[in-house]
Amino acid sequence: MKIRFILITLALIVLASVLGPWVSPYSLSEVSSARLLPPSQSHWLGTDLHGRDLLTRLLYGGRISLLVGLVGATVSLLVGVTYGLVSGYLGGRTDNAMMRFVDVLYALPRIILVIVLITLFDLKLKQLLDGTFFSSLASHARLLLLFVGLGLVEWLTLARIVRAQVLSIKERPFVMSARLIGQTTPTILFRQILPQVLPIVLTYLTLSLPAVILEESFLSFLGLGVQAPLASWGTLLADGAALLNPIQSPWWCVLFPALLLALTLLILNFLGDQLRQPQK
Amino acid sequence: MISFLIRRLLYSIPVALLVIIVCFLLVRLAPGSPFSSERALDPATQQMLESKYGLSGSLPQQCARYIGSVVRGDLGDSLKFRGRTVLEIISQSLPRSLLLGSIAFLIAIGLGVPLGSWAAARNGKTEDRWLNGFALLTLSIPTFVLAPVAVLSLSFAIPIFPPAGWGTPIQLVLPSICLALPFVGVCARLTRSGLLETIGADFIRTGRAKGVSEKTLILLHALRPAVLPLVAYAGPLAASILTGSLVIEEVFAIPGIGQFFVSGVMNRDVFLVSGVVLIYCILLLFFNLIADWLTAILDPRIRLQS
Amino acid sequence: MTICRGIPGLTGLLLATSLLTSCQPRPRADLVICNGAEPQTLDPALVSGQLEGRICSALYEGLTRRDSRGKSVPAAAEKWEISPDGKIYTFHLRPDLRWSNGEPVTSQDYRYSWLRALQPKTASPYAEILFGIHNAEAFHQGKQPADSVGLETPDNQTLRVRLNHPLPYFPSLTSFTTYLPVHQTTVERYGDRWTQPNSWVGNGPYRLLDWKINDRVSLEKNPRYHSPERAQLHRIDALAVTRASTAFNLYSTGQADLLLDKGLVPSLMLPQLRGRPDFHPGPLLATYFYRFNVTRPPFQDVRVRRAFALAIDKESIVDKITRGNEPIAQALTPRGIADYNPPEGLPSDPATAQGLLKLAGFPEGKGFPRISLLYNKSELNEQIAVEIQAQWKQVLGVEVELRNQEWATYLRSLDELDFDIARSSWVGDYDDPNTFLDCFVTGRGNNRTGWSDATYDSLLERALAEPNAARRLKLLAEAETILVTQAFPIIPLYHFVGCLMFDPKKWNGLYPNLLDEHPFSEIGRVKK
Repeated sequence: MKIRFILITLALIVLASVLGPWVSPYSLSEVSSARLLPPSQSHWLGTDLHGRDLLTRLLYGGRISLLVGLVGATVSLLVGVTYGLVSGYLGGRTDNAMMRFVDVLYALPRIILVIVLITLFDLKLKQLLDGTFFSSLASHARLLLLFVGLGLVEWLTLARIVRAQVLSIKERPFVMSARLIGQTTPTILFRQILPQVLPIVLTYLTLSLPAVILEESFLSFLGLGVQAPLASWGTLLADGAALLNPIQSPWWCVLFPALLLALTLLILNFLGDQLRQPQK
Repeated sequence: MISFLIRRLLYSIPVALLVIIVCFLLVRLAPGSPFSSERALDPATQQMLESKYGLSGSLPQQCARYIGSVVRGDLGDSLKFRGRTVLEIISQSLPRSLLLGSIAFLIAIGLGVPLGSWAAARNGKTEDRWLNGFALLTLSIPTFVLAPVAVLSLSFAIPIFPPAGWGTPIQLVLPSICLALPFVGVCARLTRSGLLETIGADFIRTGRAKGVSEKTLILLHALRPAVLPLVAYAGPLAASILTGSLVIEEVFAIPGIGQFFVSGVMNRDVFLVSGVVLIYCILLLFFNLIADWLTAILDPRIRLQS
Repeated sequence: MTICRGIPGLTGLLLATSLLTSCQPRPRADLVICNGAEPQTLDPALVSGQLEGRICSALYEGLTRRDSRGKSVPAAAEKWEISPDGKIYTFHLRPDLRWSNGEPVTSQDYRYSWLRALQPKTASPYAEILFGIHNAEAFHQGKQPADSVGLETPDNQTLRVRLNHPLPYFPSLTSFTTYLPVHQTTVERYGDRWTQPNSWVGNGPYRLLDWKINDRVSLEKNPRYHSPERAQLHRIDALAVTRASTAFNLYSTGQADLLLDKGLVPSLMLPQLRGRPDFHPGPLLATYFYRFNVTRPPFQDVRVRRAFALAIDKESIVDKITRGNEPIAQALTPRGIADYNPPEGLPSDPATAQGLLKLAGFPEGKGFPRISLLYNKSELNEQIAVEIQAQWKQVLGVEVELRNQEWATYLRSLDELDFDIARSSWVGDYDDPNTFLDCFVTGRGNNRTGWSDATYDSLLERALAEPNAARRLKLLAEAETILVTQAFPIIPLYHFVGCLMFDPKKWNGLYPNLLDEHPFSEIGRVKK
């Protein structure tokens, strides 16, 4: 698949999610009596159980899902890269201990980490934000937690990869010479080594984005995802899947969110593939 | 070889212990009590239950108590399922997950490797692209959508398989396919990329120059080092597939161990959660060991690390 | 290369062993029921859920039992006398009662079991249902010894119970799960694990054959039961299923014969199922309602509570979301309790609601503080919450945030009064309004609203001591009137409707009833 085609489709999806809701005549959360209608002229993708237009909710959902994916992946990047840089550079016992810690976290099922994180901090974060400047964000405390929580479970792989890279890079001449001329460790880490690991980091970023989005959808299925009436592709999928039954299923409630989610994840994975190819 | 095994064991034990300590602490820290219900429980009863199960006192005390009993072989009792020990629950549920997971694992590898090899042989052509797309597609559909849709299509629309239940071999088909499907794609992709890398390698070109047939080249010589990335992936894959999935177990009413990872946390059933996490950890360490060992065998260039 | 050859062999062996150890060799039971989730326990003193209660009614027999229409009938006790003041009950047990291991069942067994349920050490969640007995509460709190509790066994067949107040419904109360007997020697020998199949002993029409976690509870006819001909089916399996769609799928394909739990029928399908002959709906003694936290603003103000209550259109919830033809709830207590008329309650009235909110200082919702609606995550709860949130926005102009929490956190928030409005439900334990109204007495654990009203409390206390049945019910109705037309610590939304799914051409002995009682021993096959 050509990179141009991939990027254009991705841009379209992002654009639609950002601008679409403003263009749509329907609201995200207003219930109406037009419940569970199949796709029609007035509702291109049909309506859900509460009579809300599915297309509009999908576009709003895109905002949340893409945002969660992006921020989550970024959090994982920040934590993972820093951790890997430090661990790989310091080497020896510290590196050993740091990697053992990663091993321990790896062996812990991620879902437990996320569930506990969300239940533990949901209320506290809300209370914390309430009194401050960010009080308008307080109602989105759950969303913020999701960003952080999902990012925190994804950083492990990145940390391992970065550390492996750093282990080989730090023996190279240009790093040695930087040390000799007296550059401080942070400078070496971020000015010399980081640019070298950036390519692989970016590749894995495009691959961890879909993972985060998928993880969020599972959390929504468990009821820990985005709060109603906000929607994400995950919550739309979960709601739709709940309506499936052998007698009369509103197939549009499942098909369209699934298609959109699959398409976006496909695009992102292809992008990651393309970015990885040049290394051969 | 023996020293490698011993070293690994010595390393694994503290890791496993640390994992269940972290798990225990996390579940105890989460708000809510394992004993609460829609009907309010009076504080005296609550305290009574907490001391009965060793959950009174400070958090470090509780943790130390728990680890002490684990080391003695006692995994504790379930807080939600009264009168059942964690060991009993695991010994009833684990074999079922192992069975389902083994079949799913075999499907994932058994379909993934041939598909990946086929795609590598047709590199660049349309079939390769279609396979790539298919693989990525299976990765992009969450299980909680795949499973109900599979049931609706293959149990109701075309009534071939039973929609749920446990007990007969035919009830294993649909859940194992749903469990395996996301991983078929990954295995195929890993095999494909591994093969593509290896096929371009020197020793293959030498073999071709020597006149060895393409088939022998791929199957006998290229496949071994090519599956190394797959082998590395298969370790964690085995551990997570064998412990099952909440969704599969709920949709298909399978009495496996996967649901306890989530339901245990939801119920704050700390001993049960720690117990199943311990099992997961053991499986992970075991299969990583096997994977490392297989890697050493398959690629003579890599010696078992000291 | 030998390893490669060995691996398939090893895998094969592993698979074969797993297959043999995990697949069920037993033939299909006579009746397969989707009972609900996995039972937490089968020890009657520890049971708090309906699904466990159903199985326990088959495994154990109390002094009385409920028949398939929910009526209380004599069981282990063939007759009883009531003293003139209504406080002393003398139960006479049948002489032919046997445990499943052959030993006779005596009145001491009942005394032991009831005391055990009250014992602090047992930590029974339903100990309070025994508090009608003299000194039971004090014993439970450790203030009085066991001997002081009003239970006497003058001989092996007689049990004399002294109550604190005349409770007209006491005989039917003894059919409740917590009052069921347990075998003392077994309990003392095996401790917590006595309910495992190989050590279990019970006195009911069925015995525990097998119990695999998250799989099924297998029951078999108990040959030692005093009237073995009553249990018509030889083997019954109660499956543990959590998802409604899975349960329905099992039923549709014939793998299950009966769906018992109301939560096992997906609500979306209800309109289509309604006409079918295998669909049997019936009202239940259960109410879905919203609680207010009256200890903090804005819901300290009764006008605000009333406004919120009057702004809801309950009909649309029942029509569009729950779809089960549920009766909307104007009072807390469902209709159908014998001789009791719940108060009318106030119908939906948007105009008055808006006026009240204005009076309280929030015209058209302006300046209303940020509040949230708490519920535990489930499809239905969320769907209802979304609807009501929209209604409040539309009628009152108030933005209510939705706050879902998973179960354990949600319960804690309820207990700690950490909410503004919270979703709740209550299932009646016995067919008397007291089971609902008692919750809201000052300081009760189940109050969970912070509401306290001296008049309400005193009405309920007087009702407790009132020997005349009609006057008693009148007092209860007065109390309920305060609850639902004046004080509004809660908003009752609708009363649950249960639905059984079974083929009436194959099975009989199943009738929808208010208490949702479907004793396994009464289910039978229709004779051709």
